[in-house]
Amino acid sequence: MNIWEILIITLIKILVIVTIMFLTVAYLVYFERKVSAWAQNRLGPNRVGYKGLLQPFADVFKLLVKEDIVPDAANKPLHTLAPFIALFVAFATYAVIPFGSSIKILGYDIKLVVADVNIGILYVLALTSLGVYGITFAGWSSGSKYSLLGGVRSSAQMISYEVSMGFSIAGVLLLAESLRPIDIVNAQYGWMWNVVLQPIGFITFVVSAFAETNRLPFDLPEAEPELVGGYHTEYSSFKFAGFFLAEYANMIIASCMIVTLYLGGWQIPYIDKLGLSETLTVILQIGAFIFKTIFVLFVFLWVRWSIPRFRYDQLMNIGWKVMFPLSLLNIVWVAILIMIFNL
Amino acid sequence: MAEKKRKKDLNFFEKIYIVEIIKGMILTLKNMLRPKVTLEYPEVKFEPPASYRGRPVLVQEKNGVERCVACGLCSRVCPALAIEVQAAETELEKERYPQKFEINMLRCIFCGFCEEVCPEEAIVMSKDYELVFTNRDDAIFGKDKLLVPVDNLKDRLEFLRNFK
Repeated sequence: MNIWEILIITLIKILVIVTIMFLTVAYLVYFERKVSAWAQNRLGPNRVGYKGLLQPFADVFKLLVKEDIVPDAANKPLHTLAPFIALFVAFATYAVIPFGSSIKILGYDIKLVVADVNIGILYVLALTSLGVYGITFAGWSSGSKYSLLGGVRSSAQMISYEVSMGFSIAGVLLLAESLRPIDIVNAQYGWMWNVVLQPIGFITFVVSAFAETNRLPFDLPEAEPELVGGYHTEYSSFKFAGFFLAEYANMIIASCMIVTLYLGGWQIPYIDKLGLSETLTVILQIGAFIFKTIFVLFVFLWVRWSIPRFRYDQLMNIGWKVMFPLSLLNIVWVAILIMIFNL
Repeated sequence: MAEKKRKKDLNFFEKIYIVEIIKGMILTLKNMLRPKVTLEYPEVKFEPPASYRGRPVLVQEKNGVERCVACGLCSRVCPALAIEVQAAETELEKERYPQKFEINMLRCIFCGFCEEVCPEEAIVMSKDYELVFTNRDDAIFGKDKLLVPVDNLKDRLEFLRNFK
């Protein structure tokens, strides 16, 4: 393959991924509203289009035609920059997440990941920590106390939970002996999923992922009863839509990460024993990845409607006194696995 | 209600929360699968029970005459001063009839006192809850809007006979 072919293939991959991402984000909002409605014995949106399927587009259109208000006290450049940082981070992370092994189209062997980076996991960690800036800028530049409190809470929360998140990932990296997402998935061949091998790490990672994405029970940055709307109190129109989409895109990223790191990525146990053709296997594997991601997303929404919000001191307690030691314990456990069972 | 549990009373599995969280989530999942009770309003309308107090109406007998004898008790008892009655004489057996009977639906508070006080069962609360008007004049309902045939009010009259 010469450079032009690689470039064109990569551009097509980016186009496909971005389109899929926007659609999934839009429909995740719809799905969230549906699940919340079901949890409260309601029907949910069902007026716009068949079963309300056009509702997300109606919502986005409504946000687009609204007036964009910037408060007088705001720092205008940062106020404008913040939602873009949030959106950029959310969408750029998706580049390294593999959703299948590789597929042959027109004689090209195409890897089903936009960028097959050998430090993919570090890239994800780096970008998700950048996401804090979007929120902190938004909180600070709005010139409002509610926004500021939301921003400060959010950055404190993200920094605290990043520690246990990083340490839980360390366990996965020890087993896979690589930072490349594809290698990590390949290491979980068959039933050797990390969720089976290191359940403690799975729990700490999932809890940290909830905290990182600011979802309930850790949604203190936007705790409505205390902080009005949190860091995006002073945002309206499309800038608000930016934060809104970024939050949901982050949820998708978190689910993809959970699936890739702990639930075996695209792996289906014993699929190679069925004797299916190679293309069919790959398509089934992509389906498995999507199915697992949707299931984890459902758990995100499900938890939101089951568990009440933590108090701020409880949040910090859990982060530093429970999750952090547990993730360290997980590393010890993985070390024992490697030493004794030679995994 | 169950006795309040202190933190020291919890056993190990309750202390690590995981089991309790899963219990809570199963509860919400059960709720998600339960049948929905939402009525999709404009298409499906709520049919209220007989005890429902909708807008007050005058009972119209089968021969087309209202039951009301214009005694004015409803107007008198109305706490919101919504009812105005003007009596006149008639050749019929009841001798008096309301020449004018108006209820201001902007004032009516649906308390049902008029119905309770009426000696003739002539004014009753209907099941009608769709009250829309675009100006204040439309909100004053005269006899043309208030008279409802007795057949449509059977439920309410039955209810009043049993429970009033």
